[in-house]
Amino acid sequence: MNVKDEVMYLKGKNILFPLFFTMLKIGLFTFGGGYAMIALLEDEFIGKKKWIERDEFLDMAAIAESTPGPIAINAATYIGYKMAGVAGSIVSTVAVCIPSFIIIYTISLFFDAFLEYKLVANAFKGIQVCVLYLILSAGVKLFKGMKKNAFNVTLVFAVGVVMVAFSLFAVKFSTIYYILICGIIGTVAFFLSEIKKKRQEGEK
Amino acid sequence: MIYLKLFLSFLEVGAVSFGGGYGMISLIREKALAYGWLTEGELLNFIGVAESTPGPIAVNMATFVGSSQGGFLGSLCATAGVVLPSFIIILLIASLVSNLLKYKPVRAFLSGVRPCVVGLIFSTGVTMLISKLAGVSSLTDKLVPDTGGAIIFAVIALGSIIYTKIAKKKPSPILLIGISALFGIVVY
Repeated sequence: MNVKDEVMYLKGKNILFPLFFTMLKIGLFTFGGGYAMIALLEDEFIGKKKWIERDEFLDMAAIAESTPGPIAINAATYIGYKMAGVAGSIVSTVAVCIPSFIIIYTISLFFDAFLEYKLVANAFKGIQVCVLYLILSAGVKLFKGMKKNAFNVTLVFAVGVVMVAFSLFAVKFSTIYYILICGIIGTVAFFLSEIKKKRQEGEK
Repeated sequence: MIYLKLFLSFLEVGAVSFGGGYGMISLIREKALAYGWLTEGELLNFIGVAESTPGPIAVNMATFVGSSQGGFLGSLCATAGVVLPSFIIILLIASLVSNLLKYKPVRAFLSGVRPCVVGLIFSTGVTMLISKLAGVSSLTDKLVPDTGGAIIFAVIALGSIIYTKIAKKKPSPILLIGISALFGIVVY
């Protein structure tokens, strides 16, 4: 281990418990998704406990947003690692999952029985519609935040239309393929534009 | 074996969910329907609960679906599955490649994925909406309109827009879910 790792390791020994409890608290109070959690993390880790530098934090936020998986989990793992290496990342990630796991698991035990009540069942019919609205408005929000260049807009509509069509015609084409294909299209588009740039420079 | 299926399915979900919570609903729906774990209605119920409780939607969905299909062990397997890819990828990035985002090809790949996720969210929402409000899942289905549902949707949508204009911020999902629950009781 080099010096930096040693320092982290020693720091790690005393920090696992506070890390565990802080992440437990954050896991309990994060409503509304990853971005809310990042705000909470900022509060705790930079504001209150000063465990992390702002620059490192911003790096983490950018990475948590761009890598696959829930932002909250990405952030937890990353911060845990920076605080206390692999042990820290494990403690942090497990801690952040525990509250919601307990809550949801408990709910799941009673859910079916709960739904037996006509009142509850009807309430949930309403909730189902609301969820649909939430999904669509999440899409709209992402769309608004997106740069409206030809590339983006084309992909959104292409994926949207193709997927709805496939679904109506009962064609199976997994979500994963859409993501991979679009990612590859993005990479190819990039390389094509690089080649174009080099050509233009070559002509000067 | 159900535990392995749950683990592997949610491993996939965890590995390709870009774009936050709703991004992975598309894949979870795909898996749940393909394996016959849930109906669309049940899926929407779960999402409603997952939205109203703390924790990331993806993790909550994994726990919920896992529990409904395989009890405690099932929920553990599903939750572990959905968390593992993130965990491993972030560990690799944090320890080795410090900032993967420095590399232009990586950013290029993500630049393709982002609009794709928007498209996925829209199409999943639209598909489920058509199925819920019109009873149509594929072109061979008969039309079974759900006027109650349509009314609730209109109320929630208009209510949200008006709220946002007046209060200058979006209504919280939990508020909307609560209102829709009340309307559900009234309408049905």
